[in-house]
Amino acid sequence: MDGHPFDAKHTFMTNYFTDIEKFANMDETYVEPKTEEYKPREHLRAWLADPQGRDQYGIYRGNDVEIHWHGKPSQREQAYKHSEWTDLYISWSPQGTYMTTLHRQGVQLWGGPSWQLQQRFAHPYVKLLDFSPCEQYLVTWSNEPIVVPEGALQGPRYFSPIDEGNHIAVWDIKSGNMLRTFPAAQAEGEEPGSKKQLQWPAFKWSPDDKFVARVTPGQQISVYELPSMGLQAKKSIKIEGVVDFEWCPLGDKDREDAEKEAKAGAKTTRKLKENMLVYWTPEVANQPARVTLMNFPSRSILRQKNLFNVSECKLYWQNQGDFLCVKVDRHTKTKKTLFCNLEIFRVREKDYPVEVVELKDTVLEFSWEPKGERFAIVFSNDPNLGNPGPGITIKTDVSFFQLHRQKGDFRLLRNLPGRTSNTIRWSPRGRFVLLATVGSSTKSELEFWDLDFNTEDVGRKENVKDEWGSSIQHLGTADHYGVTDAEWDPSGRYLATHASAWRHTLENGYAIWDFKGQELEKHILDRFKQFLWRPRPKTLLTKEQQKQIRKNLREYSRAFDEEDAAEESNVSAELIAHRKRLVDEWNAWRLRCREELGEERRKKGGKVDGEEGPREETKEEIEVWVEELIEQVEEEVVE
Amino acid sequence: MRPILLQGHERSLTQIKYNKEGDLLFSCSKDHVINVWFTHNGERLGTYDGHNGTVWTIDVDAESRFLVSGSADNCMKLWNVATGKCLYTWEFPTAIKRVAFSQDDDQIVCITEQRMGYQSTVRVFDINKEGDGTAQSKEPTYMFSPIGSKATVCAFPYMNDLILTGHESGKLALFDVKTGDEVLNNERAHMDTITDLQMSPDRTYFITSSKDKTARLHDTKTLMVLKTYPTETPLNSAAIAPKRPYVLLGGGQEAMSVTTTSLRQGKFETRFWHKLFEEEVGRVKGHFGPINTIAVHPAGSSYSSGGEDGFVRVHHFDESYWKAKPYGDMDIED
Repeated sequence: MDGHPFDAKHTFMTNYFTDIEKFANMDETYVEPKTEEYKPREHLRAWLADPQGRDQYGIYRGNDVEIHWHGKPSQREQAYKHSEWTDLYISWSPQGTYMTTLHRQGVQLWGGPSWQLQQRFAHPYVKLLDFSPCEQYLVTWSNEPIVVPEGALQGPRYFSPIDEGNHIAVWDIKSGNMLRTFPAAQAEGEEPGSKKQLQWPAFKWSPDDKFVARVTPGQQISVYELPSMGLQAKKSIKIEGVVDFEWCPLGDKDREDAEKEAKAGAKTTRKLKENMLVYWTPEVANQPARVTLMNFPSRSILRQKNLFNVSECKLYWQNQGDFLCVKVDRHTKTKKTLFCNLEIFRVREKDYPVEVVELKDTVLEFSWEPKGERFAIVFSNDPNLGNPGPGITIKTDVSFFQLHRQKGDFRLLRNLPGRTSNTIRWSPRGRFVLLATVGSSTKSELEFWDLDFNTEDVGRKENVKDEWGSSIQHLGTADHYGVTDAEWDPSGRYLATHASAWRHTLENGYAIWDFKGQELEKHILDRFKQFLWRPRPKTLLTKEQQKQIRKNLREYSRAFDEEDAAEESNVSAELIAHRKRLVDEWNAWRLRCREELGEERRKKGGKVDGEEGPREETKEEIEVWVEELIEQVEEEVVE
Repeated sequence: MRPILLQGHERSLTQIKYNKEGDLLFSCSKDHVINVWFTHNGERLGTYDGHNGTVWTIDVDAESRFLVSGSADNCMKLWNVATGKCLYTWEFPTAIKRVAFSQDDDQIVCITEQRMGYQSTVRVFDINKEGDGTAQSKEPTYMFSPIGSKATVCAFPYMNDLILTGHESGKLALFDVKTGDEVLNNERAHMDTITDLQMSPDRTYFITSSKDKTARLHDTKTLMVLKTYPTETPLNSAAIAPKRPYVLLGGGQEAMSVTTTSLRQGKFETRFWHKLFEEEVGRVKGHFGPINTIAVHPAGSSYSSGGEDGFVRVHHFDESYWKAKPYGDMDIED
């Protein structure tokens, strides 16, 4: 109601009842606020200007957080180390600008070359957090309801009494202000306080940071506008039975268009492309399950698809927003056997055509190739599926599918039967993919595949007319015992696998591999917990500049090769010098030791010289060892 | 380097020791028996029978005349090495975890376990070498109980009147034998129980192994850490190889959790590390249980390891061990 205009002259203002007392006791004298001196701050993206173009990663081990540079062996170094930096875990912001640490008191953001505190958010007992894609906002969650004690700090950065009892808070990162708090999500008919698996992120951000939405299962999707955090159009989207939804991600092209439009400014009258979201509702009574594509904020329904015999749906967007795959787990009439359909929406085409890929088995994992038109699935018909036990590794098959340009449908590219892989990790630039067996006590295989082996240039593959599926090539197989997760670096050149102490305590540590499956480094570290590559923001180079670089790749690589060679000889010389220094230090120390030892013995010897001299001599004849002779003298001292 | 397998114990090994010349190897085990072997062919020379509990520790003097052993039957025994006869038995209220001869063989130090209301105690005995060695004093010459964390290992340093101890908390300390005062300590030498301590030939530095998965080289005088050798398993033993710049580390998953792990995770290997550069240079496989104890021939020509699996493996180094210079030509003092 606040700010509601009654007419042109009158506006209705409201205050919280709890504020009345505060206003009544307000100090009337005006105090001039001090102008703070402007201090230039460090550049938050300084790491991108690294002359060697290295990437960073953060590791959390024991109580220590370390940030490392990753590059060629000579370029690897520790960038920063901080003990007791976080109480729970660490996290990078989505574009890598901030390092996030969680504490009992709240969340802290760090950044810049010297890792100074950038911002803090006081949310006591915070457990989970989620950034908006453009790093403007932050959502935090705590299992403890917010309590505002007497005399607590007040202000836009802190909770006020009306926030009491809520679990979720939304913050503005730049100002540090708290925008709004929410109670924990409660599904329909669910008793408050019942222990249900928390869905996180509870709030889903539209890719342009303009909206944030959350679902109230079974009832509605509530979309809030930013930065006001008010409910968009003052009402939620009521959808009977809604289970889950996803925003359509923004493709590179969309982003370019948006930028162009922004540049053109008010001149263009063309309507901006709207955000899109997809949600699904399960079967109820005689109504079929339904997947719906909706435009937002116009709330117009673009496409609906009815589905039958559905037990579960999962929504997967390709990262450019070109395709949407709805993985539909279906059951037979008897509800005994499960099988799976992939409903693929081609979002860029007119009328949103939907294609179905039917599979007989249960699909365990689905993954789109980033920026590509391929996807990989892991499926299984293992009888042990569904009753996991210790030592049981489920047998799986892996399949690759690709959009057939001429025929216009998705076709099987290659099937790899009889695997144990359960995890697919595409390189962020596509083409390369890792298949891993994660979380098994007996198998820990890593398989590296290249899907464009025959194509010299990563550029365009349309003009290459080779046999369907022939360019898939197995690059290498490796093993990382006890691996708990794998992650590609932002450039897609390196892959990191790690075994976290949060899962088990055997051979914790991490390894870094190149895209061919060659091990580059491996560190077995006790109490190792977390490995995170620092994400990179979107490139600033235009399409033309990128093309130019690709064209002149040979030139660049020659320069790099020369650099490498120079470096190598440099390094070995350095290492030899380092070893020489160690040896010299050691020898010097030994010499000192020997002198001290001799002195000690002489000192003791001199003290007892008079009394026991003769005996020493007699001993001399028997003893072969000179040391022994002196030891005899020591004995005297003990007496 | 084909190892000689010594199969004379029925239970896990607790400690092995070479004599000064290195022709004999003494081994003790949880099966109550002490064995002595010829190192050149692995033939068993004899046994020392008499203990009625796990024999935790042994030491032999420089002349290979006396052997001292400590056991869980609360007895410490002095043996005639040549005849195998027990010369003297000391009885204590609790088990003996560690014994060691002094450099001149005139004294023995022992540590008793902390149990049943008794404190962990360090006792020093003078050895009467006259006659057949049966006339020993029942009472210790010196005795003291370290306050705080209990001592697990001990040795005589090169300094007189001091005892070097390693503790359950990872602490290293030097004690004055006469007063029992802690003269010097390094509280943070290790982060967990110290499992073994072996002196360099001239006793000016020593190596310790620990459950904290590292072995470290320390300066005897200052107790400061000189070198650290980090591994990924708890370590039970560490030894210094004379004449070559290596240290040998042994360990593995703890005995109680071995059955839950496969062989490859157990890491039941002897690791060779470069003493100065703190880099691993090699591994020797063989045991199918954790390695409990390692000893190196005093001349550096062979080494032996005793495992939880009940076997002792004697390895004579090949010619290549002496010739190999993985780090180039360097003159490194012992």
